[in-house]
Amino acid sequence: MSTPLNSRARALRLTAIGLGVAALGAGFAFAAGWVGPDRLTPKRIVDTFEAQAGHYPGYRKNHAKGVCISGYFESSGQAAELSSARVFSQSKVPVIGRFAIGGANPHSADASVATRSLAVEFTSDDGQRWRSGMNTPPVLAVNTIEGFYEQVLAMTPVPATGKPDPARLQAFFAAHPESAAFRQWVKDYRPSDSFANSAYHSINAFRLIDAKGTVHYMRWKLQPLTPFDPLPAQVEDPNYLQNDLRQRLAEGPLRWNLLLTLAEPGDAVNDPSQPWPAQRRQVNAGTVVIEQVDAAEQGACRDLNFDPLILPTGIEPSADPILAARSAAYSESFNRRSREAAHSGVQP
Amino acid sequence: MNATFHPLLRGLHWLMALLILSMLFIGVSMISDLSPRHSLLVNVHKLIGLALLVLVVVRIGVRVFVGSPALPGDLPSAQRWAAKASHLVLYGMMLAMPLLGWGMLSAGGYPLPLQLPALLPQDIRVYALLRQAHGWLAYLLFATVLLHLAAALVHGLIRRDGVLRSMWSGRVN
Repeated sequence: MSTPLNSRARALRLTAIGLGVAALGAGFAFAAGWVGPDRLTPKRIVDTFEAQAGHYPGYRKNHAKGVCISGYFESSGQAAELSSARVFSQSKVPVIGRFAIGGANPHSADASVATRSLAVEFTSDDGQRWRSGMNTPPVLAVNTIEGFYEQVLAMTPVPATGKPDPARLQAFFAAHPESAAFRQWVKDYRPSDSFANSAYHSINAFRLIDAKGTVHYMRWKLQPLTPFDPLPAQVEDPNYLQNDLRQRLAEGPLRWNLLLTLAEPGDAVNDPSQPWPAQRRQVNAGTVVIEQVDAAEQGACRDLNFDPLILPTGIEPSADPILAARSAAYSESFNRRSREAAHSGVQP
Repeated sequence: MNATFHPLLRGLHWLMALLILSMLFIGVSMISDLSPRHSLLVNVHKLIGLALLVLVVVRIGVRVFVGSPALPGDLPSAQRWAAKASHLVLYGMMLAMPLLGWGMLSAGGYPLPLQLPALLPQDIRVYALLRQAHGWLAYLLFATVLLHLAAALVHGLIRRDGVLRSMWSGRVN
């Protein structure tokens, strides 16, 4: 033990210790976002979904209404030279997935929502997993997360009509010229009468890494082998698409080709609002075969987070900021859903 | 009993101190981050977490084997008890945090780094429990780290009794 400090030195040193510890605590609070500038967080995005559509415990916080499915992927081998991912060379890869309609309300009528989605997980025999959430639109209206949040706000339903305010939507699109391709898609969109004859798009770009380490930027789509039929003008059944899917699968499996579109220099690889020119090279990586739909509120897909950044070796994310934001927001949705599930049951 | 910590324990202490503080800051910021940094931070968090699990197991082994220096004889018994208890709690948390992380990723059906095996079968309810425990324990760990730091600085700057030096330089007066 050294000579005791005089009271002044002791007070100074104690203050310094207190300030040092407090500074570390303040830094932590800042890193957590408890203090400091107001930031757009995964929590805020999911809160906004719930504020608009309502709180539905146990359900996914977006694309809330869906069914679990399973089948397999038959690789054509043609993508094996572009990516070392085992899924492109293994002849038959088990697939589980989920068909859903857009929106955070799990009780929406199937025919009332334009956006449909297919989420899948491929599990290859090297133990690696590839998850993806694909949508019917090939592009997004926005290319930043702030833009996405503005879009969500602009789509807030007006209580009187239950639909977004057209003036507010128009103002949003006017402020976001990058939405041109998406608006064109909406204009040309003719809904089909089934999940089975819809095409599903990766939207974001990814990087295929081949055996030599060369990078190929690509987007993909699942192109249905089931012929198109338009959705009838009048649909009474709120579960029209789910019932249609069960009916079709009772008769036999459904198929989609997995088409990889390769970017060329100058293509917008980090901007999900910009389509690539139509003449880009396409590679048919194989066929997704869906054989079975699971019973409601059950199925292997139910407890999975279809985080699009769960990728096997040989596929990497692009620097698209929306892709990273999707991963962060899906995680928040999954955490919230899991906590709710502990109380009130899990929903598909 | 030596007056200072074994050099191996000192090395492990400062390396882990740096990694644990980084992990606490990375963890608390990544969950509120929507930017492309998010995925980078999550991957780094998983790898450092794994490294910390290996390090804490080694450290417990070394600590049990070589022991630790005695506390100053004039330390009041309440402080003596607090020092022992807080160290036990710190070791417990250092072991529990990476195991909870590994367990929650397993129960949540997430892929694990380096293709590690799942610790638990997939179960969303178990995931909910472990994920929340991981978060709350992180706050508790940070609070304990602050207390530990304050106590060490009081030993080093106010009492100047050699306790901080026993971990810092290894030299005794």
